[in-house]
Order: sequence, then C-alpha cells, then structure tokens
Amino acid sequence: MKERLEALRSEALDKLQTVADAAALNDLRVHYLGKKGQLTEILRGMGSLSAEERPIIGQVGNEVRAAIEAVIAEKQAGFEQAETARRLQAETIDVTLPGKKSAVGAVHPLNKIVEEIEDIFIGMGYTVAEGPEVETDFFNFEALNLPKNHPARDMQDSFYITDEILLRTQTSPVQIRTMKAMNGQTPVKVICPGKVYRRDDDDATHSFMFHQIEGLVIGPNIRMSDLKGTLLQFVREMYGSQMQIRLRPSFFPFTEPSAEVDVTCAQCGGSGCRMCKHTGWIEILGCGMVHPKVLEYGGYDPKEVTGFAFGMGVERIALLKYGIDDIRHFYANDTKFLSQFAKI
Amino acid sequence: MNVSYRWLSDYIDLSGIPAEQLAEMMTRGGIEIDSVPSRNAGVTGVVVGYVKKREKHPDADKLSVCTVDAGTGEDLQIVCGAQNVGADMKVPVAVVGAKLPGGLNIKRAKLRGVESQGMICSARELGINDKLLPKEQQEGILVLPPETEIGRDILDVLALDDSILELDLTPNRSDCLSMLGVAYEVSALTGRPLNLPDPAKDIYSAAEVTSDYVRVSISSPEHCSLYTARYIKGVKVAPAPQWIQNRLIAAGVRPINNIVDITNYVMLEYGQPLHAFDAGKVAGGRIDVRLAQAGETLVTLDDQERKLEPHMLVIADAEKAIGLAGVMGGANSEVSEGTTDIILESAKFDGSTVRRTSRQLGLRSEASARFEKEVDQDRVRAALDRAAGLIARYAEGLVTEGVAEAEVSAKQPAVIDLSLSRVNGMLGTELSSLEIKTILSRLQFKVEASGDDIWKVTVPSRRGDISRDVDLVEEIARLHGYDEIPTTPIEGPTTPGSLTKPQAIRRELRTILTGAGLHEAISYSVTSLPRTELFAELAAGAKPIALAMPMSEERSVLRTTLIPSLLEAAAYNLNRKNNDVALFEIGNVYHTDETTLTRLPNEKPRAALLLLGNRRTAAWNRTAEPVDFYDAKGVLEQAFDRLGLTGRISYEAAQPAGFHPGRTAAIVIRTERGSETIGYVGQVHPETQREFDLPDAYVAELELEPIYEYADASIEYRILPRYPAIERDIAVVVDRSVAGGALTETIAASAGELLESVKVFDVYTGERIGSDKKSVAVALVYRHAERTLTDEEVGEAHARVLVQLEQSYGAELRK
Repeated sequence: MKERLEALRSEALDKLQTVADAAALNDLRVHYLGKKGQLTEILRGMGSLSAEERPIIGQVGNEVRAAIEAVIAEKQAGFEQAETARRLQAETIDVTLPGKKSAVGAVHPLNKIVEEIEDIFIGMGYTVAEGPEVETDFFNFEALNLPKNHPARDMQDSFYITDEILLRTQTSPVQIRTMKAMNGQTPVKVICPGKVYRRDDDDATHSFMFHQIEGLVIGPNIRMSDLKGTLLQFVREMYGSQMQIRLRPSFFPFTEPSAEVDVTCAQCGGSGCRMCKHTGWIEILGCGMVHPKVLEYGGYDPKEVTGFAFGMGVERIALLKYGIDDIRHFYANDTKFLSQFAKI
Repeated sequence: MNVSYRWLSDYIDLSGIPAEQLAEMMTRGGIEIDSVPSRNAGVTGVVVGYVKKREKHPDADKLSVCTVDAGTGEDLQIVCGAQNVGADMKVPVAVVGAKLPGGLNIKRAKLRGVESQGMICSARELGINDKLLPKEQQEGILVLPPETEIGRDILDVLALDDSILELDLTPNRSDCLSMLGVAYEVSALTGRPLNLPDPAKDIYSAAEVTSDYVRVSISSPEHCSLYTARYIKGVKVAPAPQWIQNRLIAAGVRPINNIVDITNYVMLEYGQPLHAFDAGKVAGGRIDVRLAQAGETLVTLDDQERKLEPHMLVIADAEKAIGLAGVMGGANSEVSEGTTDIILESAKFDGSTVRRTSRQLGLRSEASARFEKEVDQDRVRAALDRAAGLIARYAEGLVTEGVAEAEVSAKQPAVIDLSLSRVNGMLGTELSSLEIKTILSRLQFKVEASGDDIWKVTVPSRRGDISRDVDLVEEIARLHGYDEIPTTPIEGPTTPGSLTKPQAIRRELRTILTGAGLHEAISYSVTSLPRTELFAELAAGAKPIALAMPMSEERSVLRTTLIPSLLEAAAYNLNRKNNDVALFEIGNVYHTDETTLTRLPNEKPRAALLLLGNRRTAAWNRTAEPVDFYDAKGVLEQAFDRLGLTGRISYEAAQPAGFHPGRTAAIVIRTERGSETIGYVGQVHPETQREFDLPDAYVAELELEPIYEYADASIEYRILPRYPAIERDIAVVVDRSVAGGALTETIAASAGELLESVKVFDVYTGERIGSDKKSVAVALVYRHAERTLTDEEVGEAHARVLVQLEQSYGAELRK
C-alpha cells in the first residue's frame, strides 16, 4: 500500500509539472485529492491494515496529500499571477490622452477685482454699501458740492433722463445716501462698488459705462494721515508688501484737501518702464478729506466730525493688473476673453 | 495753459531750477505738468541772413539763386525753391554744417548744376507748427522783420531756446491760466521773490480826455460787475514785435497784428481777456453791457451770423450789438488795417453767463475759458493799463487821459479763521505756528493773530478758489508736502466688516453658476427701445426710460430685461466662432410705471442665463451633446438646491412672449404671501432666435429679491437610515398633456409619510401605447425611520397611489 501511495505521488507530481492551465489543474486536484479521487481510493483500503501499520500508512498518506497540495498551491499561485498579468496587460490604456473635465465658468474679471477689493476692506472693518444707478441730480451733484452751473458739471457729459434725474456719473452719491442713513452716527466705514455712466465716446480706454469703487470713513477724529495709512494698507494687501504710495495734490469738489494717489509700478518695481512712462509710479485712485459742505449735506456737523473718501476705477485696475489692451473687451462678453479668468 | 520757461523767468529768477525740475516741483505741489517739450525741435547752425540779390536759376523755372550775407564774412550763394524769397529780405539761413529737425544735415550741394552753400528755411523746416504763424507766413520761407540783426542765431531770434511747461490744470486753479498766476505759485514753491510788471509806467496820456470819446454803462448788473475801457488814438496796425509773436507762438496762440497780439499777450500774462473795438465803427461813442434783445443777431469775428437769445450778454454801442460779452467780438467793430482809433475793453463778466452762451453757440475761446472760471476782478484795471501801455509803445497809439468805467460792486477779499489745532487735527501733522505762517506768507496770504494759535487769514483776490479753512489746510498741506504727512492707523473703536445677505447670495450665485460651467457676462444697461419689448412678461408692463441725449439709437433706453443682452452676446460669440455659449449675468433692470420720471425707477436685481450649442464638445472618447431645456432648468434647480429654496420652487408650463410656447416654464415661488412667478426658463421663440440670428438657445431670467429674502443656508441634519428601504417601480400610461411634475406631486401627496422619494426614470411615447398617450416610469422608495417595513404596509400605500393616479389622470398601470 505504501508503494501504491508512493507511485501515486510520483505520478501526480509528474502530471502536475506539465499542467497547462487553471482548469486542468483543478481536474488533477479532483482526480488525485477529491472526495472520489485516487488518494481517497487508496486510503480506503486502510481498514484492512494492522493496528501497527495503520498510523504509518496514514502518515505516508498525509505526506503524499501534503506534497500534492503544495505543488497544486504553487501552480495555482503561478496561474493566478499569470492571469492577473494578462488582465493588466489587456487593460492598459493611453494615459496621455485628455481626461474628462466638467466645464467650469469664470467670474467676470471686473467682479473678481471688486470682490477682491471688497474683501480687503471687509477685513479692515468696512461694510459694503450700494445705491441706485439712476440718481437724482441732488445726490449725484448738488450734495457733492457741485451746484448747478458748476464748471466741472456739464450736461454734455452726463446721461440725463429728465432735468432732475440722470444715470449716476460716479459712485459718490452712495456716500450721501450712506451718511443720511446713518443719521449722524459714527463711525462710518463703507466701501461702495457700482456701475457709473458718462457721455464718452467709446474707445480703447474709454467706456460710457464703467465701474467705480469708493470708500468713505467718518468719525470724530479722522485725519489725512489715517487716509494715507488706510491706502497704504490696501495697496500692500492688493499688490504686495513692497508697494509704496505717493500722494499728489489734486482737486475734487467733494474733498478738501484732495489728492491723487500713485502706487509703485508693479511692472518694474519702481525703476521705470514703458507701462509707468518711466516714472516708476502708476496712478490708481483719487482721494481726500470729505468737504465740509458734503458732511453738512450728509447730516453731520463739520466742526464735530471729519472724514476721508477715496475712489478708483475698476476697469483701470483690471487693465493694469491683467495687461488688457482694450476696455471694450469687458462688455463684449466674448467667451474666449471671459474664460481666461477662470483661475481661483 | 502752455507756459514758456523763458517768459516765466521775467517774473521770477529760475536760475538753478531747470525746466524739468521745475515741472516736477510744480506737479508735486498740485499743478500737474503733463510734459515739458523743448521749443527747439533739433535746430543748430541756423542764422539770420540778408538776401542781397535774387536771380533766376539758369536751368530751373521754380528755383532761384540768392546771394546772402549771413554774417560769415563772405557772401553765400544759395539756391532756393520758395516763391516768396526776394532781395532785401531777412531770412533764416541754414549754413553748411547746420542741422535741422528730422536729422537733416546741411552740406555744400549742387542743385541743377548751381552750387548752393546752405538753405533758406521755412518755419516748418525749423520745427515750428505753421498753424501758429500769421497766414501770410504759412507759405514759403520765413520772412523776418527788417531790423533783425544779420548773423544772429535763429534760436535766439525766434526764442526757440526755450521749454514749454504744459499745465494740466484742475478746475479750481484757474489762477494759473496766467503767467502771473504761475509766477505766484512758483514763488510760493521756491520762496523766491516776484518781479511783477508795473502796468502804469507805460501809459502815455495825451492831452485829451477819454470821456470825450467814449462812455460806458452796465444795464445788466447781475451779469457784469466791472467794465472798463480806454481810448487809444492814431494806432498803426502792423505786425507785433518779434518777441511778442514768439511768446504767443510758445503759448499756442497765433499772432495776427500788433493790436490783437497785445490783447492776447496781456490775457496770457494777467489772465484777463481783453478786446479791442475799432472806435470808428462804434456808434455814438457809447458802450453798454446789456442782454440781447429778442430776435437780435450778430455776425461774429469768424463771419458766422449768430441768433442771439435774451439770456446772452452783449456789448452794444448806441445802435447795435458789437460783441458777445466774453465770448467773441462782432465783425462790425473789428480792428483792421485801416483802423486808427480803438476802444480797449477789460471787464469782469459773470462766468456762468459766458459759459451758457459759449456752450449754446459752440464758441469756445481762450477768453471764454477764462471768464467761465471767473477772472480776478482786481486785475481788470491793471490788465487794461498794461495793454494800453504796450499799444502806445508798439502800435504808436496815444492813450487818452482817464479810464471809462462802470462798476457794480468791488470784490471783498475772503477772510478766514484758522487755528493750529484745525490744521494738525485735519492732517495728522505736528506743524508749528511758525511753519504755518511761513507757508501762508509765501503764498502772499495775510496772516493776523486773533488769539493763541488762531489767525485771521486774508486771501488775495487771485485765489478765488479759497473760501474755507479746509482750503487753507490744503494749501498748507501741499506746500509742506503731502509726503511729509505721516501714515497712521485710524483711532477709535473697531468695527466688524461684513457683506449683507443679498451681497453674500449674489457671490454665492456666482460660485454656483460658474461651477455649472457658465461664464459671467456684464453687458450695457442701455439698449434700444425694441429690445425692451421682446420679453413682455419679464418687462412686466414697465414704461421705457429714455435718455434725453443718447449717443445712439442702440443705447437710448434703460433695459427692462436681461435676456436680450445675453442674446446679443451669444450672437457676438457665434460671429467669432465660439459655438458653445454658456453665460449668465447678474444685474439690474429698470422698471417704472411713469411716462415721464418724477421719482427714481425701481431697480430690480435679476439673474439671467443662456445656453447654446453643446453641453460638452465631442472628444476622442465621447460624442457632442447639444444643450436642451433641461440643462437650463437643471442649472436653476442646482442653484435652488444650494440656496435652500427647492422646497419653495415649482415650475409650470407657460407661454410668455419671446419664448417657445411649448418649451417654457414659469418659475413659481411659494411664500407666506402665496405663490408668485419670479421668472421663466425656456427656449427662445424661433422668431426671436431668427432676429438675433441664433440657433436654438435656452434662457432663464429671474428676480433676485425673493431669492435674497427666502434663501436659507441653514442645514438640518437628519439621522442616517438604520432600517432598509423598499423600492417599487411603476409605469403608468396617461394622456400626453399630463405634466410629469403633476404626477410626482400626486404620488408624493397620496403615498403618505412612508414615501421617502419619488423619481421619474423613464418617459416613453410611441405607437405601442397610442399616439396621444405617454408612459411615465417612476421609482418610489418607501422607508420607516424606526423599523423594517412590511410588504403589507407598502402594498397599502402603493395601492393608494395607483388609485389616486387613476382618479386624477385616468392613469393605467402599464403592463
């Protein structure tokens, strides 16, 4: 019986050496080790053995089974590996082809800039105030110290609807509306973005409709040095911590003293280039201390409070920031233009 | 205002301050200098020559051969092509070795076989803008006055060795529309003293008295506060001296004759416009300042007949108008070559009166520009005397004794209270009393102490822009230097910064819509009238709001809806081969029920979107998918989900104007006030699409105010289900007209609280179920939160659903 077991082992191991695939391997396993397989068949004859022989043969039988099983397991693993390899090979794709993106739109560049500026001032404790685009002559001009017949005021330059109602030419009327809404309370700290309209022929640098954003601060002890401090902080958050500002005396009817503000040219860092006309400076906003008459119109006593205001053109900032060549691109809504601003 | 650096040096010593440095100093002080061009465009080696002899060129009809003494010690032979060259003339000569603008180098040359030792120059060849030359000098070579010294450098003769400061003045600084005003400013900036002209010293009175020749009066005192005139006899009208002409040209004013040039010269010097009338043409020796009469006309100096209106101020003689006050003189009293006696006018006309007239007639001049900004009444007489003196000297006139004048009121100087604490409190500086007083005295403002560090400051009349203490604070700040003001943080309590709810939602919408693949558009708020009528329901009966003076028909009316702007943008994109367009815009529309506005219109914030072309383009691994109605609706649904509004929103088939009647839904919001339509989503009507030359386009527009009001970002967490759900699918056959949305609503209402969700997963139409029918397949999910459902419970609920569907819609279960 031992001989038969040994013979079975060598036969099985022989056959297993040449087995071709997983199915044939399984057939061999059933043939030798299955419930009705060869090994079981031989061991069934153990009943006729003596008590001494039985454990010996039993052990031989276990050894044979273990030997065959080991080879089967080894073969099995080999086949599985080969199968995996084949599958991986078959599943290989060209990873250099483009992926499937979902479409993403872009916030309009002007609104991107407005949001950025709003966020800087919100961080400095400002709220955002808005007002109507169709305004009264009073709010747009008169309360801003531009009485009728003022030289800086020209029917030709504004889109009037009636004698008393027009498309606002500046966001400054929001200053008056804010002051009136505050009812004499301080402090006032607002930033006012919005569309404005002037009777200008459109060209690469002019648009009859454009955007402004302006700020207003009123308090019991607001100084021009605070205005400088505020603008410096804004400019550094907007353009970088190396930036400097420079104030030049200027004139606006609603501020006194008034200034125009230059920032370090971002292109050359102040050394002078084509963009800044070799001055090292770029003009970006106008500002000043709120004119006493304007404070009065807003319901404040100019002896009790002072304030500063500043304003800038959003298009100009966007043109400079992105190097855009023509202001009219902002309103044509060409998707080739808009899609360039999709970056976060 | 163009300021000649050399001319300015007459009034203030500019040594050590070159023009460029002066420009920078003035700009930093508040008078912006645009540029500082040199008057010399590149001329060297050009001198004054005397043409001794002119002969015809032997071989060329149009050329002549001149013998010229250019002070070089020997006569030069120069071939010249100009027709106006002649013997006994002083001309500019570019001798051999000279350089001219444009890089031209003068060499010895042969012209048609004749040697030429230089070139006789025209003004243009010397780089002078010939528009600024007297008419007779615009053609041919430049002819110089006979007394010009031979051999003298032309740069010196024509004062080309000079720079021009081009001032870009703010409207408040009209005091710098004069050389004297600029000199005062430079004196304040540099601290150097002024050397002002003394107008009186040049007056040569005759034995005759002005009042025998002319009397003046003001009939319209609210429009003219001072009128003065001098009478000058026996003038000789001729070209002005070269130096006056040079200065006028430098300032950009064309010389005409000595009388006109002197009035212009004094206007540039004093900022006071003057006018000279031919006294022989002034009837009755009378001048009156009055308003025009109805129907009156006047031919002005430019030979245009002007119809005058009763608000226009005129200068009149005993019979007729002879000038438009402050705007332009009349042709009927113009100084001409035959003029012998003149009446010289210097006056203060009201700025807004002059402005109104000059605007209305489209007549703007150097004079009107100055009157509009209010001239300095204190300079009216000084300017008159200065001009009279120059005319006496350079036009050989005799100035009669006395000034004819009428004065309504003299101007009182402004006296302003100022304190040290106000200055430093406003600026954040720590200036001393002395520093402040020094600055003000450099401006020639008078400072008198009226208390401890409190002053009364008297402002000279030349600075009409200064009337309040803050104006003085600005003067102090700019002369102290804006750079010297410190940089400080705001003192006082901190304030929280934030966005309002509408502002935050608007930003959220941008995030959602860009996330859905749409680009944000901004389009013009004005459009054409027909565009406002395309989408009547969205315009909601608003009356058009028209601009009084539009730039064009296309931009003449405020928009009442947003969609037309997006349709225009779509057409623009298609023209540029951007074939897939996905845009949205958040902006205002303008509604009113008034035909003529008496109050501000309602500015309604809205959002609109447009989809056109493919949802996604074809790629190597997928086909293109055109957009349809459900893409547009899906974008909205996604937005409503994100804004917590889905539970309030429903959609109803609708047929608003401008939309495809079978492919449009009204967007309805349910609120405490009831249900209200807040917008539409649908395909654009094919006719409207054709109007914009567009293929199928899907659009939506909705009101944002209800969104702002009801958006709810609060999140209510629900415990995750612990018990299994039971899913049941049904397919029912109903009439085609039955809305799918109604079916799911009925299912939700009838199934009871065990129903967790209901979702349409298929809609079938076809022959097999009849042409007027459709089959709608719906997946229902039932679940109980606290236990496992039994088949019986679900069966009951499901049966209720089927019964209700049958009763409501005649729905049959599809086999």
